[in-house]
Amino acid sequence: MTGALRVLEHDLRFYRQTWRGTLTSTFVSPVLFLAALGLGLGTFVDQSGTEVLPGVSYAEFVGPALLMTQAMQAAIFECSYPLMGKFEWRKTFFGILATPVSVGGLFAGEVMWLSFRLAVGAIGFFVALVLFGLVSSPVGVIAIPVAILTGLGFALPMFAFTATITKDEPFALIFRFIQIPLFLFSGTFFPIDQLPPLFAAVAWLTPIANGIYVARAATLGTLDASALPHMAIVMAWVVVGAWVALRQTRRRLVV
Amino acid sequence: MSSQPETAPLVAARGLTKRFGSFTAVDGIDFDVARGEAFGFLGPNGAGKTSTMRMIGCVSPVTDGTLSVLGMDPARDGPLIRARIGVVPQTDILDDELSTLENLIVYGRYFDIPRAESRRRAVDLLEFAQLTDRAETRVQTLSGGMKRRLTIARSLINQPELLLLDEPTTGLDPQARHLLWDRLYALKRRGATLVLTTHYMDEAEQLCDRLVIMDGGRIAAEGSPRELIEHHSTREVLELRFPEMAGEEQRDGHIDAVLADLGDRIEHLAERVILYTDDGEAASIAVHERGLRPESVLVRRSTLEDVFLRLTGRTLID
Repeated sequence: MTGALRVLEHDLRFYRQTWRGTLTSTFVSPVLFLAALGLGLGTFVDQSGTEVLPGVSYAEFVGPALLMTQAMQAAIFECSYPLMGKFEWRKTFFGILATPVSVGGLFAGEVMWLSFRLAVGAIGFFVALVLFGLVSSPVGVIAIPVAILTGLGFALPMFAFTATITKDEPFALIFRFIQIPLFLFSGTFFPIDQLPPLFAAVAWLTPIANGIYVARAATLGTLDASALPHMAIVMAWVVVGAWVALRQTRRRLVV
Repeated sequence: MSSQPETAPLVAARGLTKRFGSFTAVDGIDFDVARGEAFGFLGPNGAGKTSTMRMIGCVSPVTDGTLSVLGMDPARDGPLIRARIGVVPQTDILDDELSTLENLIVYGRYFDIPRAESRRRAVDLLEFAQLTDRAETRVQTLSGGMKRRLTIARSLINQPELLLLDEPTTGLDPQARHLLWDRLYALKRRGATLVLTTHYMDEAEQLCDRLVIMDGGRIAAEGSPRELIEHHSTREVLELRFPEMAGEEQRDGHIDAVLADLGDRIEHLAERVILYTDDGEAASIAVHERGLRPESVLVRRSTLEDVFLRLTGRTLID
């Protein structure tokens, strides 16, 4: 396990050098999104009636969902080009494995790093939500760990995928054809039951739709046992994703 | 480890084999590396050198045969062995965004060296690698030779008993190579055991006490550079350059007939004839007496390159 901590330490030292570049995506864009969609668009939505929303303002509806989609985007991005660098371009992982650190330790360290990275983004966004007055219950703070887990639900399958490729072309396709539809149609901007039944059923299989359900209930103060099956689906993505990712990482690095 | 006698080889391989699917990269090789020795794997690209190094470095599982490193089994004691060896991979693996000093400190942490101690060693190693004035420079801006020296410095952060160097000077300019050799000499003098791969003959002659020539996953020859030359080549080599002439076969046949008794072996290249002989000067005089008029004549000592080309052939391997 010390191996994992060393890997995390290395990533953090690297982050200390490069964190400024992540400021915009972590703290500025949440504010912009909340202002434009929550306040700007929200004013129109609220004026034309919110029967379809569970009796809350549009900003309250969309705020926690944006927290989740930001986690999703950060997770997918972090496991695309930066991870590709560690496997392929810079071969960082091969350098690490020449030391006493094992593949398991390396992988655990990377998961710790991803969790840290997701936590920074989630906390930043949550603070913005509070400042905008969109968190109506102290229970809302649960949205932060939910964001981290939802992010891992994307990061780990993505990790598994990146471990198997040597060229970066697929990333652009993933951003365009997986990430953007999920951003738009996972109950972020309108309730999932507005979708055609087949699409709704597919949406409910993804980590993001379920994460949004739980986070929204948390910030609205309506969290109850109905959240459990949703968390179970998120956790399933995390656990299966971790298993496959570790397997693919071993296959890639131990040859 | 105290259980290990001083005379036991640091690395011992018997029938060592590495297969990737149906491709055999290393085909049942035997070798021993003694403590304090500089041991080389020489061979063309694809000979199996890097695969062998990766098995010794305990990052690539052995397919068949036995391998012991520092008296331990890589399959069982990989982390313990890796803690006591240093690895210089073929391509530099560095953090471009961090300073040279930080690169060393960070790497030291992987060996559980406390931060202060890691920093102390890093400062010493920068001195050793002649990079002290670059301590705070980002790696990004270093030259190829500096990066290579930094990689070597980094491989020493855990004070390894055994240093594995995979093509340490490939791609460097002559000044950078000589500086690097100088540093590796210094390590040798301190008693480090070096195992290196190279396809530079001069590097092998400069650095290696003993080496094996690998070809197609097998060991083609083994010995000290001098032994290999004595055994597989003549003392001297006479190189005769002939301009293009009509009827190449006729020419070659004629030259062969004239030179036959002057040396051990004759080799024909595009425009050169190479005669392996123990007395190049005498052979060169005889060539003139017998009426051959080469465009140029060169007498030189036999080198490892002659041995290498004889054993692995002149066909280009990509």
